[in-house]
Amino acid sequence: MSLWQFLTQNRMEVWQLTLEHLWMVGVSMVIAVAIGVPVGIWLTRRAVLEKPVLGAANVIQTIPSLALFGFLLPAPWIGARAERIAILALVLYALLPVIRNTYVGITGVDRAVVEAGRGMGMTGRQLLLQVELPLALSVIIAGIRVATVISVGLATIAAAIGAGGLGEFIFRGLAMVNNAVILAGAVPAAILALLADFGLGLLEKRLRPA
Amino acid sequence: MTADTQPEKAVEFRDVSYRLDHGATLLHDLNLSVQRGELLVLLGRSGSGKTTTLKLINRLLEPSSGQVLIEGRSSTEWDPIQLRRRIGYAIQEVGLFPHFTVERNIGLVPALEGWSRQRAQERVRELLHLVGLDEQLASRRPRELSGGQRQRVGVARALAADPPILLMDEPFGALDALTRAELQREFLGLQQRLHKTTVFVTHDLREALLLGSRIALLEGGRLIATYTPHEFLHADEPLAAAYVAAFRTEKAGL
Repeated sequence: MSLWQFLTQNRMEVWQLTLEHLWMVGVSMVIAVAIGVPVGIWLTRRAVLEKPVLGAANVIQTIPSLALFGFLLPAPWIGARAERIAILALVLYALLPVIRNTYVGITGVDRAVVEAGRGMGMTGRQLLLQVELPLALSVIIAGIRVATVISVGLATIAAAIGAGGLGEFIFRGLAMVNNAVILAGAVPAAILALLADFGLGLLEKRLRPA
Repeated sequence: MTADTQPEKAVEFRDVSYRLDHGATLLHDLNLSVQRGELLVLLGRSGSGKTTTLKLINRLLEPSSGQVLIEGRSSTEWDPIQLRRRIGYAIQEVGLFPHFTVERNIGLVPALEGWSRQRAQERVRELLHLVGLDEQLASRRPRELSGGQRQRVGVARALAADPPILLMDEPFGALDALTRAELQREFLGLQQRLHKTTVFVTHDLREALLLGSRIALLEGGRLIATYTPHEFLHADEPLAAAYVAAFRTEKAGL
């Protein structure tokens, strides 16, 4: 059976697993941004914490994904549903690029511009919202872009703990030794990653300051 | 602060020292005052403490010891935001906001102070004329301007909310000689009309002599002396004399 035949015969399931996949990645990215951007901003105000916090985020990145999914299984509430574990793991992996790019983006804003703003009597909040964030936005988006592309790939592994998503086909295909089934998971996942990369790339370009 | 209670000294340094956290002292026991309406030049080489002195006025830095009085009140008693909005600030790197138009850049402090749009727009137009820029530049971004135009916008921005005090940190330092001379002349004209209390940092004696009503000579974080431009040219103090000698050689060399 060819990939194309498999996809057309299992349209509904392909569609459903793709939606599950998007849901896991989407929810985890929203959470990662909601945590990572404020943490990144906070680090720019507390320079001493930069190394420990980025170090911790870095360490999380080095944990093999399958192991991380496994570690989270016994966690209370989270461990009760595979989908929650998957989302938490994806959030943890996405934090580093989001925090780091927020930090780098804001600290990379021209010192003279920030100093001029402060010298003219902008409050810290005004400086952040009107100057630092707008000028750092494209760098922050670049971090979100990297995190999203990584998440789309990682989310396939979530199927190993029963969280669903396009990884279902990959694991099923592996068990059946059927390449068409593996590809039915891998190809749509790759397309999702490319689309996310392209879309966020456009956004990043548009928001890039002069 | 009402007009009748305003002291003659717009800015006064009383035994001000500034040390970094790890101990290096950038400014030693500075005593200096700036009279209302005068243009005081802080002259010195890099590392002499000029910029530190300037930032102590708008409380970008706070004195480690001593007091900086602005209109009779210690800088640390002022609300820093209120203080800075009363003090125009222009720096060498200009620091225009690259994502704002010229109009929004100039109108920044008026906007922060909650002026109406119409009043702010009128003020921006007025300032563009004042600094010799075409009104049509209002909608441009800083990157679309020449260095001289950008610097003019920087001066206009510092003047926007009509602050009683102006701080200028080598505002013309990064310009080519011709544009610099042009802006210096125009600024002198502007100053003679507006009579802003101005503290102007430079390392260029020519600029100091042209613009300053008084010149404070700094070296290694210490005030050597203050002179009028005339006094400076005839000063016996070795550093001042060295500046004058270098200045004359440069002139003769041309």
